[in-house]
Amino acid sequence: MHEFETVVGLEVHVELKTRSKIFCSCPTAFGGDPNAHICEVCAGLPGALPRLNKKVVEYAVRTALALNCEITEKTRFDRKNYFYPDLPKGYQISQLYAPVGRNGSMKIDPSSEKVIRIHELHMEDDAGKLIHDGERNLTRIDFSRCGVPLLEIVTEPDFRTADEVTAFLTTLRTMLKAIGVSDCKMQEGSLRADVNLSVRPVGEKKLGTRTEMKNLSSFRAVSKAIEYESLRQWNVLSEGGEVHQETRRWDEEKEASFSMRKKEEAAEYKYFPEPDLPVIYLPDDVVEAFRKTLPELPASKFQRYVEEWKIPAYDAGILTSEKALSDLFERTVEVCGDAKEASNWIMGELMKLLNENGILSEDLSIRGASLGEIICLIKDGRISRASGKEILKAALLENAIPEEYADEKGLWLITDRAELEEILKKVIEENPKAVGEYRDGKTKNFQFLLGQAMRATKGKADPGLLTEILRALLV
Amino acid sequence: MKREEIFSFSAFELARKIREKQIRAQEAVEAVFQNIDEHESNIHAYISLDREAAMNEARHCDELVQKGGELPPLLGVPMAVKDNLLLKGRKATCGSRMLENYIPPFTATCVQKLQDAGAILIGKTNMDEFGMGISTEHSFFGPTRNPLDPARVPGGSSGGSAASVSGNMAFAALGTDTGGSVRQPAAYCGLVGLRPTYGTVSRHGLVAFASSMDIAGPLTRGTRDAAGICNIVTGADPKDQTSISGPKIDISSLEQATVKGMRIGIPRELSGESESRDGFSLAVSEEVKASLEDAVRILEEEGAQVEFFDMPILSYAVEMYYILSSAEASSNLSRFDGIRYGYRDPDAKDLASLYTGTRSTGFGLEVKRRILMGNYVLSTEHFDDCYRRAESARKKLCRSFDEAFSRYDVLLSPTAPQVAPLLGESGKDALQNYISDLFTVPASLAGIPAVSVPFGKTSLPVGLQFTGPRFGEQAILTAARFLEIHQEERKEKEAKGGTENA
Repeated sequence: MHEFETVVGLEVHVELKTRSKIFCSCPTAFGGDPNAHICEVCAGLPGALPRLNKKVVEYAVRTALALNCEITEKTRFDRKNYFYPDLPKGYQISQLYAPVGRNGSMKIDPSSEKVIRIHELHMEDDAGKLIHDGERNLTRIDFSRCGVPLLEIVTEPDFRTADEVTAFLTTLRTMLKAIGVSDCKMQEGSLRADVNLSVRPVGEKKLGTRTEMKNLSSFRAVSKAIEYESLRQWNVLSEGGEVHQETRRWDEEKEASFSMRKKEEAAEYKYFPEPDLPVIYLPDDVVEAFRKTLPELPASKFQRYVEEWKIPAYDAGILTSEKALSDLFERTVEVCGDAKEASNWIMGELMKLLNENGILSEDLSIRGASLGEIICLIKDGRISRASGKEILKAALLENAIPEEYADEKGLWLITDRAELEEILKKVIEENPKAVGEYRDGKTKNFQFLLGQAMRATKGKADPGLLTEILRALLV
Repeated sequence: MKREEIFSFSAFELARKIREKQIRAQEAVEAVFQNIDEHESNIHAYISLDREAAMNEARHCDELVQKGGELPPLLGVPMAVKDNLLLKGRKATCGSRMLENYIPPFTATCVQKLQDAGAILIGKTNMDEFGMGISTEHSFFGPTRNPLDPARVPGGSSGGSAASVSGNMAFAALGTDTGGSVRQPAAYCGLVGLRPTYGTVSRHGLVAFASSMDIAGPLTRGTRDAAGICNIVTGADPKDQTSISGPKIDISSLEQATVKGMRIGIPRELSGESESRDGFSLAVSEEVKASLEDAVRILEEEGAQVEFFDMPILSYAVEMYYILSSAEASSNLSRFDGIRYGYRDPDAKDLASLYTGTRSTGFGLEVKRRILMGNYVLSTEHFDDCYRRAESARKKLCRSFDEAFSRYDVLLSPTAPQVAPLLGESGKDALQNYISDLFTVPASLAGIPAVSVPFGKTSLPVGLQFTGPRFGEQAILTAARFLEIHQEERKEKEAKGGTENA
């Protein structure tokens, strides 16, 4: 039997987190009573016209730039016509002929060489939601989601494995969150991916017939669906059958895909330019102004961490995977001036605390300077490493301020030379035997004397300083 | 004051008389409803009327007049609006069974502006379903008759608006014009009908037919009423991002309009002199030709330079118009699906039969024909050879107009190839009807202003059309006003002559 390879392209829908909808001023808030957030525009009443939310264009351009797309100078909307009860206008306002971005690319993750080409990126409005009530044989419609702004990112068929796809989606999600255009919550549907998949014998240049899979609600589902569909198609081909171009629905419970509609049944969308909205003019200076508002992208952060700060690639990958993590990391370095130590604390102690307390790194919320301050206090010998860990926990869970917490809990190490000298002198006085033996060459008694002094301070002496003074006193 | 005397005033004259307390708004409204009581059952200009609301408003207007102070320009003037222009809380059927009981929750911007100007909206006028037709015979609620000759149609699709004004059942009306729906009924009913520059009147609250061409415009008894109402309803509106502000019309300069030195072009393709093409002929009637010739002679006598010229692309305007307007219409009417509001097929068994049943019964024949055409020209198979070609031809047409307006201040043509036909006469042959739109659709496609003004010696009115460049309302109304003055003087002379002879 031949070896086969899978070829995948993605259509990713991203819900933008603008406050209001794309064509009216209704809020985009998730949840709420059905039909709580609708008006004549998003409900498609006769006589109502769309009014483009400029923020959506800004977010789309930012995203297109972050994906290295060419920006279309005169971008415009088109109508995609089809009938469905969740679509009150009878058409979706989308972009076909002049999408906002084209010909982009992104690495599947910062440390990889694998690049996925972006075919195009366009803006569109979301549809409503049908709620089926089987008991009463009713279907209810919630139009609140109508008009929520979406970006559709269409990749070229550049993926060969499910792992590449999930890596890409992870990187994409991190990037979208970093530039502040979307929350990318798959469970709330703010990031949805459709998978276009075909298989072919290894070495074959021509693409096979593809299917499109929908209803993939998690990265895991994407991965499972790709594996399932690859095998299904290959089995069909191996048995001399033919793969049909069709849309298939992924069933998460059954972990299988089912045919939704064949190509012959495919809708005729009758696209044409939307006459209700003017052309959007994006000349170079406007695009450059948008570019300046872009924060540093995770990929570039990754490179900087590895090259300038000598952070291991694995650690840098994790630190740049969440904006909250990289923000904390950079602030910590800023405060304590030690990137290696900052990275070690985040990768070690902080991650452990997050795990233990069931906090997702995307939900990390901590005063930015706290970890840097803790590291400084340890380096300055003012607190012990153990106290540092305790303070970090309090800073994470209770918003404790390190110095205040150390005050409150009496965590300060004694760093007063005179005070420590006083204590040590007393220890020497009380242990003449041990001192005598030490002076006679029994060097391990040094540790004993140090321990006595440490006990006398209840462990709060700066061990370095204590050692130094004891050594001086015993000379 | 006697009813005839009240109706001798234009809309703005009436408003002045009301402000000057010579007529009460209530008298004006009563006069209008007396005429409605006498003629409406025969004419059927309205789909809905609200007498009580109108009387209440009139009382309110009279109170305002008593109080004095700054008063709005149309205070107390009874006006009608076409049924596809939304007025909050009042039925807006668009002449369709689909929306027989539809009550909109918001008011169209242009209607709001009329109300803000003090106009009393007495009713919503009959129309060809969703604006598709040229005779107002394609209304679910039955045809409207022409008040000048009830055996004839008032034109369409704003036939109800035209009949309401022509029949003295309103002092002025708003219609909507996609391919000529204000200008052609104005021509048939002896009124002035103005299609302003595309975008200058907000489409917010105008139920869409073909979005890239739809615009509301006034139907009035004179050019100055048209200009005044145009000034009131125009202006950029944040609720319509395709809307724009244009210059306001200087109405005082219309009083003594002169065409001396005006360069007037007549496209041969729109003169009735052009040859037929592809077996379809556009027969321009003798009386229309005579009116055009008459106008040319008078304009030249006054010192205008009138010139015939060729604009070959105009021969394709009807095709462009029907391809593009049907494409947009098929999409705009998709929302009428029986799911959320409007007519729903009571026998539907599932989603597919709900759609087909609702739309097969809810829409009339002409609307369904346009939807089918629209679907055809937008289908993958025909998009390039129909929609795309029409779109690029439209651009060429615009360039041809630009070029024409580098040589001429305004263009002149008839508004329609004939006078108002008898009821039932049009509508037999859809294609022949479409071809008769030749004179009006070019301005619609180019988004430029055009006005129809009644002119001629015939018993049934003939409309002549002046078309101008973008924002050229002043120029076309000046030319129209000149013919209007001439026509008024001629009528006065005839009237005097009549008494002398008697």
